[in-house]
Amino acid sequence: MILSKIFKNTFLVLMASLILTACATTKKVSTTKQMQGDVYTGTDTIEYLASGVPDRVFFATNESILTTASRDTLRKQASWLRKNSDISVVLEGHADERGTREYNLALGERRANAAKDYLMTYGVAANRISVISYGKERPVDSGSNPLAWSKNRRSVTVKAN
Amino acid sequence: MNFFRILIVLLIIQFKAYALIEVDITRGNLSPLPIAVSPLSSDKKSVSEFEKILKIQNIGSEISIVVENNLKQSGLFNPLEKDSFLQKPDIAHLKPRFEDWRLIKAQALITGKVEIIDEKLRVEFRLWDVLAAKEMLALAFTTVPSNWRRVGHIITDKVYERLTGEKGYFDTRIIYVAEEGPKTKRIKKLAIMDQDGFNLKYLTLGNELVLTPRFNPTNQMVTYLSYFRNLPRVYLLDIETGIQEVVGDFPGMTFAPRFSPDGKKIIMSFASEGNSDIYTMDLENRIVERITNHPSIDTSPSYSPNGQYICFNSDRSGYQQIYVMRRDGSGVKRISFGNGLYGTPVWSPRGDLIAFTKLHKGKFYIGVMRTDGSGERLLTENFYQEAPSWSPNGRVLVFYRETKTDEKGEGFSAKLWSIDLTGYNERQVQTKTDASDPSWSSLLSN
Repeated sequence: MILSKIFKNTFLVLMASLILTACATTKKVSTTKQMQGDVYTGTDTIEYLASGVPDRVFFATNESILTTASRDTLRKQASWLRKNSDISVVLEGHADERGTREYNLALGERRANAAKDYLMTYGVAANRISVISYGKERPVDSGSNPLAWSKNRRSVTVKAN
Repeated sequence: MNFFRILIVLLIIQFKAYALIEVDITRGNLSPLPIAVSPLSSDKKSVSEFEKILKIQNIGSEISIVVENNLKQSGLFNPLEKDSFLQKPDIAHLKPRFEDWRLIKAQALITGKVEIIDEKLRVEFRLWDVLAAKEMLALAFTTVPSNWRRVGHIITDKVYERLTGEKGYFDTRIIYVAEEGPKTKRIKKLAIMDQDGFNLKYLTLGNELVLTPRFNPTNQMVTYLSYFRNLPRVYLLDIETGIQEVVGDFPGMTFAPRFSPDGKKIIMSFASEGNSDIYTMDLENRIVERITNHPSIDTSPSYSPNGQYICFNSDRSGYQQIYVMRRDGSGVKRISFGNGLYGTPVWSPRGDLIAFTKLHKGKFYIGVMRTDGSGERLLTENFYQEAPSWSPNGRVLVFYRETKTDEKGEGFSAKLWSIDLTGYNERQVQTKTDASDPSWSSLLSN
C-alpha cells in the first residue's frame, strides 16, 4: 500500500533525525574536583554518625561496587558499631534520576546490600542491619547535573534506634 | 456499583455496508478529517431539569464539547468552528441539509438529542457522511445524569470505531501518581481521572510514598508500591471500597507489580540480599511462584495479552536490556540489541509490539519494537521520560516526562504526555499537579 510506504519513509526520516541529534550531543566531561571518575568524593552532604565516622558512601553510575574510599568509610562505621553494640542501623540505598524508576529501586537495594555485606565482613551482626531502597525517590541534591547525580548515588547508614 | 454502567437500550439503525469516509490510523495524519459536531439539541424542560441536577447550563452543548475535544486530541479529526454552522441542532438531527455542511467543508457530521426521562439522561446521536448524504450510525443511551461526560466519551468511541474500523479509547481512565513539593521531599498520591483529565480523584492522602499504580483488567482494582510504615511493598487497592491490602508477606521489598491479563495473578519483583527476581502471586489461593532465579536485577515484568509470555528488564548482560520468557520462566531470550540501555518493557494489548524506555547518550526515548526485538522505532526523545502505558486499542502511549532543573536546582516538573504509535500527535495530558507513572485503563464499557 502506498500509504504505508509513505508512513515507513517518514519514519526512516524521523529515525534518522533522532539518531543524528543523538550523535550530535557531545559527552560532557566532569572537571569538578569533587568527583573521581563519576564517583562523588566531596564532603558536602555527608553527616557523621560519630566523630570521624561518615554516614554515607557513593557509587559510580549503574554500579554497586564499593570504592576504596567507601570501604574505608564502612570500616569506620563497623568499628563504631562494634563499640556501640546496642545500636542498630538502616542502610538506605539510593540512585540518581537518570534511570527508570523500577530498575533504580532494585539498584538502590543492591547498593545498600553491598554496604551491608561489607559491614558484616567487619563483624557487625546481620540482625543489627536492615536495608531499604528509595531508588531515585529521595535525592539529596535536586540539581540535574553530573555532580548532583554523583551525590545522589549513595548508601546512607542511619541509626534505627 | 451500577453507577459506572451505562445501558445501551436502543439501537436505532446502523448502516454497515457503507464505509465512505475512512480515517487511516496507521499513518501520521497530516490532514485530519474535518468533522462538524453539532450541539446536541434539548427541549426547554430537559435543559432546566439538568441545570437543577447537574448545575450545567446547556447539557447538550457540553456533551458535544466533550466529543469535540476527544476528536481533536486524537489528532485524526479537525472539529469545525460551531459559529460557522448554518443549521439548527434539532433540525440537523432530524434531517441535515447536506449542502450547508458541505459549504463549511465538513466531511462528517455528528448530531444528537438529550432528554430527561424518568430522571434519567437519554441521549441519541447520529453520524452522517456529508459528501454521500447518508447516515452512517445512530445510537441511543440511557444513564444517570451524573454520567453525562461518559456519554460524550462513548459517543466518541462509537464515531472513532465507525470511521477508523478500530475500537476507541475515550471511555477510559488514567491512574497516576500526583506529585507535589520540592524534589528532595516529593509528596506523592495515587490519583485517578478520566482520560481527558476530568473527574480527578485522589486515592491516597500522601502520608506515604506511593509509586507505579496499575489497573487490573476490569479496572476495579489497582496494584501499586507503597512505603507504608517505611516497608516498600506491593499493595492491592479496591477503587470502589478503598480497601487496601499488602500482596503477600515477603521478607523484603516487593515492587514493579502488574496484573496478569486474566486479573488472577500479580507479577512483581522481590528484592532480597541485593538481588531482585520476578515472582507471581495467585490472588485466590495466595500461592507464590518464583519465575526468575538469576543473580542479576530482574524487574519490570509485563505479560503478553494471551498470558503465555512475559517481557521483563534485566541487567544479566551487564546492562539493562529487555528479555522475553515463557510464563513459567523458561526460554529466556534477550530481544533488545540496539545501542544504549533499555527499560520498562510493556506488552501492547494487540500483542504485536513491546513499548520501552531507552537511554542512549544522555537522552531518553520512548519506543516500540516487535516482540522478537526487530523493527525498533523510537517515537520521542527528551531529557528524561519513561514508563509508557498503552491505550486499550494499542494506538496511543501515555508516559511521563521530567524537566531539567537549573543551576539552583529549581524548575523541576513532571508531566504526563501522550503520543501516537505513529510518532505523531505528541501532547501533554493536563493534570492538576505534577504527575508520573501513568497507567491507562481498558474500556469501561464496550
